[in-house]
Amino acid sequence: MATGSGAVNDATFDRLQTLLGPEGVERDPRGQPRAMPESDDALALVCQTALNEGWRFRLEGRGSWIPPDGPGDLTVSTRGLHRIVAVSPEDLVVTVQAGASLEAIRAALMPHRLWLALDPPGRPDRSIGSVVATGTAGPLRHGFGPVRDHVLGCTVATGDGRLVDAGGRVVKNVAGYDLTKLHVGGFGGFGIITELHLRLRALPAADATYLAHGGRHALAGAGQDTVQAHLGLVALELLAPAFAALPEWTLAARLTGAPEGVEAEAARLERETGLSWERLTAERAAAFWSLVSRAPLGGPVAIRLGSLLDGIPDTMDLIVETLGEGLLSAGMGTGQLRWAGEAGIEPLRAIRHRAAEREIPVTLERGPWPIRRAVGHFGAYREGVGVLVSRLRTTFDPKGVIAVALEGNEG
Amino acid sequence: MRKSLVEALGRIAGSRWVRYRPAELSTYAADGLPTHESLPGIVVLPGGRAEVAAVLRLLHLLEVPFVARGAGTGLSGGALAERESVLIALTRMNRILEVQPQRRRAIVEPGVVNAKLSEAAAVYNLHYVPDPSSQSACTIGGNVAENAGGPHCLKYGVTTNHVTALEVVLPDGREVRLGSAHGEPWGPDLVGLFTGSEGMFGVAVEITVRLEPIPRDIRTIFADFLALRAASEAVSAIIASGVVPAALEMMDQSCIRAVEASIFATGARTDAAAVLLVELDGSPEAVAADGAIVEHLLRRHGARELAMATAPAERARLWQGRKKAFGALGRIAPDLAVQDAVVPRSVLPEILDRIAAIRDRLGLQISNVFHAGDGNLHPCISFDRRDPDQARRVEAASREIMEACLAVGGSITGEHGVGSDKMSYMPRAFDPPSLELMCEVRRAFDAEERANPGKVFPLHSCREWRRGAGR
Repeated sequence: MATGSGAVNDATFDRLQTLLGPEGVERDPRGQPRAMPESDDALALVCQTALNEGWRFRLEGRGSWIPPDGPGDLTVSTRGLHRIVAVSPEDLVVTVQAGASLEAIRAALMPHRLWLALDPPGRPDRSIGSVVATGTAGPLRHGFGPVRDHVLGCTVATGDGRLVDAGGRVVKNVAGYDLTKLHVGGFGGFGIITELHLRLRALPAADATYLAHGGRHALAGAGQDTVQAHLGLVALELLAPAFAALPEWTLAARLTGAPEGVEAEAARLERETGLSWERLTAERAAAFWSLVSRAPLGGPVAIRLGSLLDGIPDTMDLIVETLGEGLLSAGMGTGQLRWAGEAGIEPLRAIRHRAAEREIPVTLERGPWPIRRAVGHFGAYREGVGVLVSRLRTTFDPKGVIAVALEGNEG
Repeated sequence: MRKSLVEALGRIAGSRWVRYRPAELSTYAADGLPTHESLPGIVVLPGGRAEVAAVLRLLHLLEVPFVARGAGTGLSGGALAERESVLIALTRMNRILEVQPQRRRAIVEPGVVNAKLSEAAAVYNLHYVPDPSSQSACTIGGNVAENAGGPHCLKYGVTTNHVTALEVVLPDGREVRLGSAHGEPWGPDLVGLFTGSEGMFGVAVEITVRLEPIPRDIRTIFADFLALRAASEAVSAIIASGVVPAALEMMDQSCIRAVEASIFATGARTDAAAVLLVELDGSPEAVAADGAIVEHLLRRHGARELAMATAPAERARLWQGRKKAFGALGRIAPDLAVQDAVVPRSVLPEILDRIAAIRDRLGLQISNVFHAGDGNLHPCISFDRRDPDQARRVEAASREIMEACLAVGGSITGEHGVGSDKMSYMPRAFDPPSLELMCEVRRAFDAEERANPGKVFPLHSCREWRRGAGR
């Protein structure tokens, strides 16, 4: 295994230049080689070369979510794979390369009045590959499902340089095993996503956002009541005061669809929750949801927890007790909780341990390498599952060239 | 060996739950696919998860292959077992273990009949959404194995979108829990990977599923058309409009006539080239608004008659023809081959023309009844398998339809699975590296390939694709 020293760096850099041309490689801020292949074949070639040369590499999208600070001889970035390959308005499908940014995708869809109904945490220049590989959904999960529900198929380069297809570009497909499920939220442990077929929606005619403010417990209770009222919401998110620099917690509700339907549901929302709701103008709503997406970047660590609906208040208590309030948000209808902030290894291990006792998984979405290495994105698996995951990882990356800490030191 | 295995299985499940006489085995010789038959060596019906684990440990020790089976309603020959295999029928494991209304979850054994779960949840105003046409007979375990769909999957997703956790017995008898009740995967998404693996990764013995609120308002719209192409263009227009119907189904003239000639007749006009069923759900106001858009689009694309219903009995009447279509088609000829393929929704008009051309050229009766909103086709070929020439033409038509669907970027199956029926199409659907990887993934769960052997992948190919072999 190469050491990452200067001479080795230079040799790796030169080798990559030979493979990818002068535009396909640069030095990252630490002076290490960063490969930026511009085709999936070129990316697969980098993987094959890594396998043959004994390199180990870090994965990077556009560098705005998980820092590329892990060990390895080079960084492999998907930022060169940034094309919107095809928009099929009649089929409501878009095909994009993994390094395409969310804002570029949005811009490509807007003329068709189409929408990728994902609002993940992070900046607008975050790559779609990063969103899919980390499985990070935002408040719209309430109405449109987790990230995996948006992915119809993908192409992946495995750690030994094979280019393989999973799924397809039709909305229903059970041919063969559904390998897309391993890649969505797999953190690159099962290969590098190079291209994606994504499900789209028509832009809704009406889109309304309502906010209510108050104490955490009162709003959580109101949120639970709202869910039980079966309103047609697309988001119902409880947000810590730090999200909007407010003194109180915020419960944010979003409705989309036909104008008549949105107005009727809004009236029902006011009637059935007993809260005092403020309706945002379109401009303020856009700014608000942008803030909600960006806020988790306010801390170096982000985790997500999956709680059953009736356990959300208790799970929030657990998080606040263990990690502090930080940037805590809870999808009241999805049970997805996200916390972002400053946290050390031991508190993160503690919350994972305490959550596991309640049958709640904790996924490390983001953090510096020492945290990822120690805690792992997933941590220890349940009995018998680790063997399966280990075999699957060997299948996709037999020599372990992709440096990713799925289990951390707890695996 | 066989006698001692029968005895050993009897000690686990009780001798009355082990079948081995030819007359007993013939019950399990076929599933819903009429063109494939095979007698298993032995059938065992375990009564609980501990018995399943014990059976699989025994078979692991003896290196005996096995096939798990639900109600046997599958349409791809996926639940057939060869003579050297033990068939594990899970129909005795039919308990709904828990319904948790506050959490919108249910925990069930694999043999629970799909429709029974929604019946049990209805008292809480909840239901289990995936609704395959066979829902009154098919089991949740079988639905998980095949990643089953149904008419209402257009808006709400297929089985994989509704399963959150699985208790699985692996082929070597070890038990693992995959996923979490919430649905967050707890590691890589092995629940998603297991769902639709056609019984080749192990046996799900406990299944946690989501329950969804029964919509406040439901409107069913029935429209007939004098041209098939007009109906399929109406489908494309509805999808592109942004309205997401709960269901969007189509029947062609051949299917309408079969229904109207049966006891399931609904009074539909048999000169219609096609009918569409559109179901909208949600708040009354949203349904009214979407209904107006859909009605306008249907009329603009040439709908002759529109019928609408909101009351349950009236809606059921509009749905009756669609729900009973397969039964009605079964009257036309001794055998019915129900095909399953998917195309991008924008090419529905072209692909229906292609199917008609194939039908005419091969002289077959092909009726179309399908999930138009998903682009999920079900060409149904009526035939008599005792006539070798007809059987050969059915095979040729199926192959040509699959190739036509693949050529436009579609899939060889949307909800029925590959099973033993479509193995030969897999190399057309996936390139060698992708197939090779699937075979390797299987071996991560089942190194000896004893779970449902001989399905999904052409066996010789899977051997060839072993890493390094033949390179």
